[in-house]
Amino acid sequence: MTQSTVSRTPASPAALAELLDQHEYLPDDGLATACFLALRMRRPLFLEGEAGVGKTSLATTLARVLGAPLIRLQCYEGLDAAQALYDWDFPRQLLHLRAAEAAGVTDVDKIESELYDRRFLVARPLLRAIETTPSVLLVDEVDRADDEFEAFLLEVLSDFTISIPELGTIHAEEPPVVVVTSNRTREVHDALKRRCLYHWLEHPSFEREVAIIRRRLPDATEGLAKRVAHAAQRLRAPDFLDGDLLKPPGVAETLDWTEALVALGARDLDPDTAAVTLGAVLKYREDTERVLKRGLGSLLDGA
Amino acid sequence: MRHLDETVVGFARTLRAAGVGAHLDQVHAFFRALDEVDVLKESDVYWAGRLTLCADPDDLPRYDRCFAAYFSGETPRLVRRPAPPVVIFQQVPLPSRREREQGDDEPADVRLATASEIEVLRQRDVARLNAAERAEINRLIAMLDASTEERRSRRFAPASSGRLDPRRTVRAVLRGGGEVYRLHHRTHRRRPRRVVLLVDVSGSMSPYADALLRFAHAAVRSGGRTTEVFSVGTRLTRLTRELRHRDPDTAITAVSAAIPDWSGGTRLGAELKEFLDRFGRPGMARGAIVVIASDGWERGDAGLLAEQMAHLHRLAHRVVWANPHKARPGYQPLTAGMAAALPYIDDFVAGHSLAALDELAAMIGTGTGRRG
Repeated sequence: MTQSTVSRTPASPAALAELLDQHEYLPDDGLATACFLALRMRRPLFLEGEAGVGKTSLATTLARVLGAPLIRLQCYEGLDAAQALYDWDFPRQLLHLRAAEAAGVTDVDKIESELYDRRFLVARPLLRAIETTPSVLLVDEVDRADDEFEAFLLEVLSDFTISIPELGTIHAEEPPVVVVTSNRTREVHDALKRRCLYHWLEHPSFEREVAIIRRRLPDATEGLAKRVAHAAQRLRAPDFLDGDLLKPPGVAETLDWTEALVALGARDLDPDTAAVTLGAVLKYREDTERVLKRGLGSLLDGA
Repeated sequence: MRHLDETVVGFARTLRAAGVGAHLDQVHAFFRALDEVDVLKESDVYWAGRLTLCADPDDLPRYDRCFAAYFSGETPRLVRRPAPPVVIFQQVPLPSRREREQGDDEPADVRLATASEIEVLRQRDVARLNAAERAEINRLIAMLDASTEERRSRRFAPASSGRLDPRRTVRAVLRGGGEVYRLHHRTHRRRPRRVVLLVDVSGSMSPYADALLRFAHAAVRSGGRTTEVFSVGTRLTRLTRELRHRDPDTAITAVSAAIPDWSGGTRLGAELKEFLDRFGRPGMARGAIVVIASDGWERGDAGLLAEQMAHLHRLAHRVVWANPHKARPGYQPLTAGMAAALPYIDDFVAGHSLAALDELAAMIGTGTGRRG
């Protein structure tokens, strides 16, 4: 029974890459090996990298590949156990109490034990992932939560057991596949990262980005995909405008941009079409101004 | 061919020597990962190691170097861990008074400051304070009282309003025989944010160090047990214990005995790195308000300072820089250190006068969070 995820894992990283490919995610060798080992070793996968490199979409694709539900825990400052783990369904508990009273039940011990029954427990993402087999748990943007939450998460991730005082201990039949992402706005504790497989995601290479655009947007011509990918790579280059861009585009922005161009019926990327669609790729006014000031021609050159 | 265990352990040692964590549990994970991949394929071994042994983007280039060196078939050569910094006492002519005064004015075209690098190990007499200063300190203490910014804790406390506290309510209902006569509420507990002060005690800061350390004393006295104070110069010295004395004069006397590098040079980047490695990253700087009181005269590498400031900025809740020179008319942050640090500062204040320190206290107390 505990072998189910493992047995569904392809035999090699290359085979897993093939499967991800079929579900429209094109991983490189490193990422394919990372996913492969995460499934085989049942170790959480810790993904770090700039926004828009495809951390979250990897988790969703992995869930599709495994045919398992994706359970997502979005982190934020002040996130607590009641929102991450479980909560009691208070109105239903009181309703039950009233019903028992109306029925004339007087055995207090019995009522109390009934009140803390599993059916009055509201499972939040972590508990849901432990109870659902198989499942993929995505702990998104863990760097946004307080650092106390990391210690708590570490505890849950090390033995996949949750103890509820009124109910007892709930143990995962099979540990879920866990993907933890961080945008690195804050440094995450080493202890948590050590517990995971650590992978730093880079922006895709030019060839891979072209392939991603072609795969996700079949309507885009090869020429257009190449021009857009080239411009995106230029925008990301550390020496572009002395690295002054506030937010270099991620793959998500490249796809948005291509989609916008396709919707406009563009078959090629020229300064005029680029100027009217720049909002799809640059999300800060300062960035747009800087790029326009420098001239769109220089951005599109040489593709 | 060497035995696999030996190879792996040797590789882990090489990594540790190069500064990559490679903890024991990570080495275990590496062994397990090697079971799953093709050990004869170089890229599989590379990724298995990189995924299990590294835990930070900074580890990656080091890992790549070690991997290339170790598995290229050469005898592994242990890369020596950089030796701990040794302070070398050197007789170097002090810059003349005129030069120093010129230096203080920060001429616009001079980007590299010329702070003296000599560590002057001498005791600074702080007993001679005039009445005005004493009054100033007393007022500072009064101002800082109960004014530390609070953050929301994960834990709950009973409250008169807010979210329902189901546990306590249901318990009360049961006690009352099923009658709901009162709803209990709860809210998140508030906890003061930690404040960490790094006070520059180098030569160029000596006119202000006194006042700033007294400010630090006030912060420790009123900020609860989480406030921490360090002096930076050519050495990092933790002063929190000394500053716990109730009486400001006693505290400052204890501090002056504890600081070995009064009025010496400045190696801000190296000091900040030491602070982050020893205290900041393990937890002290996380979610804290970090106040650096310095003029930003960096004798060492400004690139290192920039790197460490970026690091600090990611760890801390807010980074406040107090530079006494900022108040001068026409001041431009042109010293190499200040220019390097500037992009990573949330609040840039002066801290040269009582009013400026008042502003700094208010900033610590009520400043709005960067990551609200």
